[in-house]
Amino acid sequence: MRSALSFLSNALSRISGSAGAQTVSELLIDLSEYASLMTPSELTEAPPTCAASLVSPAVASQPLAEFNAQVTFDLKPCELYLLETGPAHTTQLTRKEGLQLYQTMQTLRRLELKADQLYKQKVVRGFCHLYDGQEACAAGIEAAISRSDHVITAYRAHGFTYTRGVSLKQIFTELTGRRGGVAKGKGGSMHMYAPHFYGGNGIVGAQVPLGAGIALACQYQGNQQVCVTLYGDGAANQGQVFEAFNMASLWKLPVIFVCENNRYGMGTPVERSAASTSYYTRGHFIPGIRVDGMDVLCVREATRFAADHCRAEKGPILMELQTYRYHGHSMSDPGISYRSREEILEVRSKSDPISLLRERMLSNNMASAEEFKEVDTMIRREVEEAAQFSCSDPEPPLSELCDHIYSNEPPMEVRGTHPWSKLRSIS
Amino acid sequence: MLFEFLIYRRTGVFDYTTFRTLGCAVTVRDALNQAMDEELERDERVFLMGEEVAQYDGAYKVSRGLWKKYGDKRIIDTPISEMGFAGIAVGSAMAGLRPICEFMTFNFSMQAIDQVINSAAKTYYMSAGLQSVPIVFRGPNGASAGVAAQHSQCFAAWYAHCPGLKVVSPWNSEDARGLLKAAIRDDNPVVFLENELMYGVPFEMSEESNSKDFVIPIGKAKIERQGTHVTLVSHSRYVGHCLDAAAVLAKEGIECEVINLRTIRPMDVDTIEGSVMKTNHLVTVEGGWPQFGVGAEICAKIMEGPAFNYLDAPVTRVTGVDIPMPYAKILEDNSVPQIKDIIFSVKKTLNV
Repeated sequence: MRSALSFLSNALSRISGSAGAQTVSELLIDLSEYASLMTPSELTEAPPTCAASLVSPAVASQPLAEFNAQVTFDLKPCELYLLETGPAHTTQLTRKEGLQLYQTMQTLRRLELKADQLYKQKVVRGFCHLYDGQEACAAGIEAAISRSDHVITAYRAHGFTYTRGVSLKQIFTELTGRRGGVAKGKGGSMHMYAPHFYGGNGIVGAQVPLGAGIALACQYQGNQQVCVTLYGDGAANQGQVFEAFNMASLWKLPVIFVCENNRYGMGTPVERSAASTSYYTRGHFIPGIRVDGMDVLCVREATRFAADHCRAEKGPILMELQTYRYHGHSMSDPGISYRSREEILEVRSKSDPISLLRERMLSNNMASAEEFKEVDTMIRREVEEAAQFSCSDPEPPLSELCDHIYSNEPPMEVRGTHPWSKLRSIS
Repeated sequence: MLFEFLIYRRTGVFDYTTFRTLGCAVTVRDALNQAMDEELERDERVFLMGEEVAQYDGAYKVSRGLWKKYGDKRIIDTPISEMGFAGIAVGSAMAGLRPICEFMTFNFSMQAIDQVINSAAKTYYMSAGLQSVPIVFRGPNGASAGVAAQHSQCFAAWYAHCPGLKVVSPWNSEDARGLLKAAIRDDNPVVFLENELMYGVPFEMSEESNSKDFVIPIGKAKIERQGTHVTLVSHSRYVGHCLDAAAVLAKEGIECEVINLRTIRPMDVDTIEGSVMKTNHLVTVEGGWPQFGVGAEICAKIMEGPAFNYLDAPVTRVTGVDIPMPYAKILEDNSVPQIKDIIFSVKKTLNV
C-alpha cells in the first residue's frame, strides 16, 4: 500500500511540477503502473497447484476443481435497426476462453503503451495511432470469426495486426523500420499485412469499398467466408462508404461493416461532424446493431450474430461498437484539447475492457488474481523482448530500396535521385 | 491520290516484312471484345465490372455479348459509383480475383483515382511483396468528338507518373488484342488507355495474333515504319497521324521512322534511343497537354541518355493545345495535333 501511495504521489508531483501540460499518455502510463499495484485481492485463493500456475503462452487448459470451468453471463442488449432479433442476451465463457481473451487484450494494451514509449524515444517515426481502450473490439471480433475469414481496417491497426497473427516482434520491428518488420520496414505503423488481413490503410474510408470487394471475392469463390470491414466515426461520413453500402446491399455481399465509434474523429467530437450519430442506422437499408464496444463478450456475441447473418446470405450487416481511445488521435495529439481528463479517467475507471473482464472472471471464481498477475508479467516480458529486438535489428539494406514495385516481374532498373544513379528492383 | 491516302489510314499496315494480312480486318472494338472473351474463358478468376458493361453491352459496345455468354457473376453492372466500385474491384483483386474495372471514360476515373493510386499501385511496395493487386483499369482516354472539356482529358501522364502502375496505350487492333491479354495476365495494376475514336477503325491482323495466347509484352515499343531522317514517337491514335504524315513526307524525300510506344510506363527508352542514334532527330506526338506530359518525359529521358549526343536539333514536342477542350468543331479540330502540324514540326526540326 505504501509503495502504491508513493507511486501515486510521484505521479501527482510530476503532473503538477511539469511546466507544460502533461500529456495524457504519461499520466496513463503512471496510472497503469499504479493500477497493477492495486490488483484487487478480495479473492484469497489457496495457492494454486502446479497445473493452474503453469501460466505459459498456452494458457492453462485444465481447470482446477476450485475454479468454474464455464459461466454464463448476461449481456447488455444491443440496440437493433431493421432487425427483429439480435445477438444473444447471454453468453457462455469458459475459463480457457476467458484467459485467452484477457491475454489478448492485455497484450494489445502493453503493445500500445510500449509503442508510445518507443515513439517518444524517437525510434518510431511518422504516424502512430494507438488503440489502447479499444482492445475489446479487436479481441472480441477475432474470437467470433476464424482465420479463414477476412479483416480490413484503417490506420489504428496495431490491434488487428496482432489478432490476425503477426508476432509482437514483427510489429515492433515494423514500427522501428527495421528489416525484420512484417513489411520489411517499408510500410510502418499504418501498413502491416497478414494472410486474410489487408492492413492498415492510410486514406480515411478507402478501406470500406476494399472490404466490400474482398467480400465480393468470397461470394464469387463460394467459400462461405466473411469480411469484417472496420472504419471509424470520422470515416462514417465519407461518400465512398455509402457507395460501398449500396453495392454490398444490392449484391448481398458477405461483409460485416463495423463502425468503431470512439466518439472523436481526430479532434472533432461526433456531434460536430455527423448529422446523425446513430452510426448503426446509417446503412439505411442495411440492418444494424449498436454494441457496447468496451465489453469483449458483447463484441464477441454480436460478431457471431453478424457473421451468421452474412453466412446465411442475407447480405451485409452493420455493427457500431461504442468504444473509447485513451490516447489522442495520434502521438502528436495530446488528446486533451477536445476532451477532459475527467472524461478519460471516468471511462478508464468504469469501463476499461480489460478490468471488466478480469472483474467478471474473479467475481465468478473463474481464475485467481495471481493467475492474472502471472499473465501480466509474462506479457510484459514478451513485449519488452520484442521491443528490445526491434531496437537492435538492423535497418533494411539500401540494396532493397527499389524492390517490390511490381509483382512477378524480371529484375528491372529504377532511376535514382539523379541520372547516374541506376538502382535495381526485383519483385 | 486521296483514295490511297484513305487506305493507308484505315489499314495502318506498312511493315510488310513482319506479318502477312489475313484478308479480314478487325476493328479495335472487336479486338478488345475478343481478347476479353478469351481471357474470361481461360481463367475463371477474371471478371468485368463497370457501368453498362453487362445488359447494355457496354457504353461503347466493347463488351457486347459478354454478359449473354458469361452471366451476372462474371459481367457486373455497377451503379454510378466510381470510387466505390473501383475500390471494390481492388479489394477483390487483393482477395484472389482478377478484375477488369471499366471506367466509362478515364475522366470519371478521377473520382476513383485514390483507389487506383493509393490502394492499387502502392500496395505491393508498402507490403514488401506480401499483397499483390492483379487488376486492369480500362476505358477510353483522351479526346473524342464534340464532348467538350470535362470528357476529353488525356490521363497518360497522370497515371504514368506513379511507380507501381503499368500504363498501356494501344493504337491498332493488334495492339489492343495483345496488350489487353497481357494486361489481364499481369499480376500488377495496369491502366489500359483506349481511344473512343479508334474503336470503329478496322485493321488487318497478323496470323500470329490469331492464337489465344497471343500477348504483346508490356514495356516494349514497336517500330511501325523504318526511316532514316527523323524519329517520330507517339502513342494511341496519333500513331496513325504520324504514319499519315510520314507518307506525305516520303514524297518529299523525308523518311520518318515511326515508333508506336504501346506502353507509357514502363517506357521503352532503348528503342527510342536506338532510333535517335540513327536518325539524329526526334519529334514526339501526343494528344495530351504539353506541360509535364509524355513528350516532356521523353525529352528528359533522351537528354539523360546516350542519344543526346546524337541529336542534331532539340527534340520537338507536338501536343494538344494547352487549353480545356472546346466544343465547336473548328475549335476542337485545332486543339489537337493535325497531320499538318506533324509535317510542319518535322520540317522545322530538320531545318528544311
